[in-house]
Amino acid sequence: MPQRNRDSIANILIVAVSVCLVASILVSVAAVALKPAQEANRLQNQRQNILVAAGLLAPGQRTNAEGLGINELFDQFDVRVVDLRNGQYVQDMDPEEFDQLRSARDPNRSRSLSGNEDIATLRRLENFGIVYLMRDGAGNVEKTVLPVRGMGLWGTLFGYLAIEGDLVTAEGIAFYRHQETPGLGGEVDNPRWRAQWEGLRLFDEQGRPAVELVKSRAPEGSDARRHQVDMLAGATLTSRGVENLVNFWLSDLGYGAYLEKLRQGEA
Amino acid sequence: MSSPKEVLFSPIFDNNPIALQVLGICSALAVTVSMVNTLVMCAAVIFVCAFSNLFVSLLRHVMPSSIRIIIQMTIIASLVILVDQIIQAYAYEVSQRLSVFVGLIITNCIVLGRAEGFALQNGPYISFLDGIGNGLGYSILLLLVALIREPLGAGTLMGYTLFQSVNDGGWYIGNGLMLLAPSAFFIIGLTIWALRAWKPAQVEPVEYEIAENVQYKEAI
Repeated sequence: MPQRNRDSIANILIVAVSVCLVASILVSVAAVALKPAQEANRLQNQRQNILVAAGLLAPGQRTNAEGLGINELFDQFDVRVVDLRNGQYVQDMDPEEFDQLRSARDPNRSRSLSGNEDIATLRRLENFGIVYLMRDGAGNVEKTVLPVRGMGLWGTLFGYLAIEGDLVTAEGIAFYRHQETPGLGGEVDNPRWRAQWEGLRLFDEQGRPAVELVKSRAPEGSDARRHQVDMLAGATLTSRGVENLVNFWLSDLGYGAYLEKLRQGEA
Repeated sequence: MSSPKEVLFSPIFDNNPIALQVLGICSALAVTVSMVNTLVMCAAVIFVCAFSNLFVSLLRHVMPSSIRIIIQMTIIASLVILVDQIIQAYAYEVSQRLSVFVGLIITNCIVLGRAEGFALQNGPYISFLDGIGNGLGYSILLLLVALIREPLGAGTLMGYTLFQSVNDGGWYIGNGLMLLAPSAFFIIGLTIWALRAWKPAQVEPVEYEIAENVQYKEAI
């Protein structure tokens, strides 16, 4: 190899520019070529999480007992965008395109929450939210799935809350992303704990969100017990976070106005 | 000049990047909770390490020494992004669980260490083998840690149930420590001990000797 002056300014510039050029072409080709597959994965994953919360799919499974796949099951849902401020449907937004988490960061589509409103420690609340509705043959709402999120101990928990047709009773809850301690707060994924949410009354007689996570539940058959879920052992802050985030998203700041409209059959 | 076979296999037990050089510990702690994650991570590191060595070796005669680290980092970072994109496209669930740790291969000392320490002085073929060898050395230790952590922590292996856990109506109560990063420290520590007992050549020479306890009077 002829000895060139490797450390001349010219050589440094040539090598630096050409390495960067080749590397950036490689990275951009990969990013563009693989994007469709990644988007499809993301969508499948999101649908899977919604189906798990609604109790239509077991966690980690891609088909249900009858062999129906994610997309077939998900097609039963009617996806709508709702204005959280007044509970009305928004007609001119495509739910497929709408990204609720991104819009929570968009200053034009969200507002910051004041300290005493912000029980779920979200800091910013989006103006629009998404809902997933499942209707029976007669067109009545059978299930409603709402995205929920809020601070736990180590970070934000992201999940879906499924509500039955009466719009008061919970059907199930499932968190698809969280950073809670395995074995303690991480037990939010525990199927036995999650089973307590089925049949839980989310609102009290006055229609206020009334979910409670308690150390020991009221006696079987009492009124209070219908609003109560066991706290997670050794995870006070995670449990409090879950209680707060559910009550937040059911309140008038979250989906409360919309659910009220839906109950009256107006929305 | 070492033979290709030696370059490929010596990093596995004789010169293991984790056990002997104690590099790349961060990801070894983070991804070894489950076997599937570990396998994907290992494949990613082998790929990045082999190809970064190859490209660095090909460029070693033209690379100006003043910007060589930056060039090596650029090559490594591009390869890591490539791997990350592929994992996100074809193994989405694993990519969710590995989250940032695939990206952090960029800062894995093994990769830069081999590029700077080996590929800059050696030809492309032998450097490529060295990358694979060191990737394998990293992998073998990670797989061992995962093989202990996943069954004891969750009662499963590769997602298949070995011990039916209490949450699914079985009898096994998972060992919570095994799900947390510190357990990997213990396992790696014990592995290093076992490896050095087997191959005493790896034991480091004593750098200083601890003196006998000195009495207060003697000190004066």
